[in-house]
Amino acid sequence: MRQYDTKYQTVIIGGGIAGMTAALQLYKFGIKSLIIEKEDKLGGHLIKWYKLFPGFVNADEVVSNVVSELIDKRMQVITGAEVTSIDSIYDNYIIRTSSGHSFEAESVLLAHGFKTFDPTKKEEYGYGLYSNVKTSVEIENILKEHSNITIPKRVGLIHCVGSRDEKAGNLHCSKLCCVSAVKQSIELKERFPDAEIICFYIDLRMFDNGFEELYMEAQIEHGIKFIRGRLSECSQNIDGSLVLKVQDTLTGLPMNVNVDWLILMVGKEAAKLPKFDKSIDVKLAPNKFVAPENIFYNPNQTSQPGIFCGGTVSGPKTIHESAADAKAAAMSIIDYLNRK
Amino acid sequence: MSKEKRDIWRKYQKSIGDDNFFFVRSCIRQNFFPASEQAFLHILRNELGKNVVEDARHTTCSGIGYHSDVVNFDTLQTIIARHFALMTEAKLKNVAISCVTSFGLYSEVLETWKEFPSELEKTRENLYKATKREFEIPENIAHCSDIIYKFREEIKNKEKNRLVNAETGEPLKIVDHIGCHYAKIFPEYGEGGAEFPQVLTGMIESWGGQTVDYPERRHCCGFGFRQYLVQANRGYSVSNTYKKLQSMEPYKPDMIIANCPGCTMFIDKWQYTISELEHRTFGPDKTGIPVLTYEELAGLVLGYDPWDLGLQMHQVSVEPLLDKMGIQYDKDKKFADKSGKIFSIPKQPEYIL
Repeated sequence: MRQYDTKYQTVIIGGGIAGMTAALQLYKFGIKSLIIEKEDKLGGHLIKWYKLFPGFVNADEVVSNVVSELIDKRMQVITGAEVTSIDSIYDNYIIRTSSGHSFEAESVLLAHGFKTFDPTKKEEYGYGLYSNVKTSVEIENILKEHSNITIPKRVGLIHCVGSRDEKAGNLHCSKLCCVSAVKQSIELKERFPDAEIICFYIDLRMFDNGFEELYMEAQIEHGIKFIRGRLSECSQNIDGSLVLKVQDTLTGLPMNVNVDWLILMVGKEAAKLPKFDKSIDVKLAPNKFVAPENIFYNPNQTSQPGIFCGGTVSGPKTIHESAADAKAAAMSIIDYLNRK
Repeated sequence: MSKEKRDIWRKYQKSIGDDNFFFVRSCIRQNFFPASEQAFLHILRNELGKNVVEDARHTTCSGIGYHSDVVNFDTLQTIIARHFALMTEAKLKNVAISCVTSFGLYSEVLETWKEFPSELEKTRENLYKATKREFEIPENIAHCSDIIYKFREEIKNKEKNRLVNAETGEPLKIVDHIGCHYAKIFPEYGEGGAEFPQVLTGMIESWGGQTVDYPERRHCCGFGFRQYLVQANRGYSVSNTYKKLQSMEPYKPDMIIANCPGCTMFIDKWQYTISELEHRTFGPDKTGIPVLTYEELAGLVLGYDPWDLGLQMHQVSVEPLLDKMGIQYDKDKKFADKSGKIFSIPKQPEYIL
């Protein structure tokens, strides 16, 4: 069994892009850290992704570059272990894991990301009932694996599944689904050139560099159709194809659309926090993501001194936003340790 | 059908009373399907040995008025509270509701009282001022279809007819239609929820049939109060039923059963209207798809005479279904009263048999 030290300046919970980036940044400033990742591999959600928007860079390439750097620098990582509890001891923290390890840390970085919305909660969308209803995560895997599958003639993508949906308990926008849908539409069109691809959206939030251009490219070069509409129900036809009952919210008219595949752009929800002892007070925002102490002046410090947040643990972010946020979190930690 | 799809209803299982029911009738069912409520009472009292109490002082729940904006919510609450007072006087705690509209409103009122206790206090005061009556909140409210669902296996044990094609032995393909107000307002009040309701499916499967899961299964029949009550909107009502019939047609269903008064009537009667408007029928050889209430279905399973169950009152002829099930019936008694006297025989429509 690999031996670990028992005391670190920072323990990072989560080995996704945020956790790894923060660890590398801390390393540059001579801070000794440990990453604890619950999965067997580093990379977080990114390892399930095929290509990244807007430039269609391979997700594997980004992960392997960062992981290689961690290996080069012989950084301390523990995988396949979940943090079960965090207790305060004077002004340090004791972190215990499901693998039976226990570490003391002067500071903790929460970088355990998000979880995707469980679409079976929207049972009217048919996920888990019809095999041709898939999530945006599963479609990445299909695109990545290049497996032999029946070629669809028409594919529908539903935006905002479990996001901006009070009934689903999530009022927040998951931010990445619009551009992910545009990216996946283009990839599907390239993979199945004869298929008709239709996106059903509430509104398209193309907020970052290159996103609007990608949206235009999808329409002009790839003929992707965008219908402003909401899905009320997905049912199965006698031949196994799906019929979508949608309201076109621009014309105000109901539509029935037959598709072979339905892809649900599942939203991002706050991941489960480790169990804190009673003296630790990490406040959450109304959307249940970790709330920064001060969003303008101290965005990576939680309400608990010595516990920081980086990446999507404080809300949905793109890959580069997560990396930038993680670097900022690392700098906040350095500042904290210097003043301690 | 995938296992997941078969089992999704299990998330929604409600508590249904076992005995000693206070029965509240529907305003319109006794006209549309005159024997259905009687069949329910007969099955519960005489086949299952249950105690079911009626009170002649029971009135409408005022649902049609409420959904037409003629009756306000305060009045509605007070009327339903009066029904609870009659139940309390009868020393009963389980309400058996015949109508889906009423069931939706009883549920809405009880949920309102849970969320807003001041409404309950106001209603108690209003009822006392108006009638000097007091009431207890029922321990259990169930739609009568819930109760038949609960006792479906007991009914199966007494069955005389199975829901199978007597010639081929194949299960009959049956469309279930659940009234919108049964579970779409409060899914947890419906057996199986709103998306994959089990209440009628459970009966169909226990008695040998097979449920048809077609794309428009959950679509409204089109009754919708305003669609029908405002004459100018009736085309909307017909078009909803038309949409459902078109959607189920490829599955070749042998019959439709429903648990709502409006739905049963409209899916049945609009088949005639559609045949006149479009010269279009949905069964084989110019026939329609017979539409039955769940009590009528239970009655057929228990071997009751189809004409005692009032099946002659349906628009779409039920004889092809009875023949398919191998049920014996006397053609000449279809329009005869109990003394054998023939009352007027309706004219045969031109486009639907």
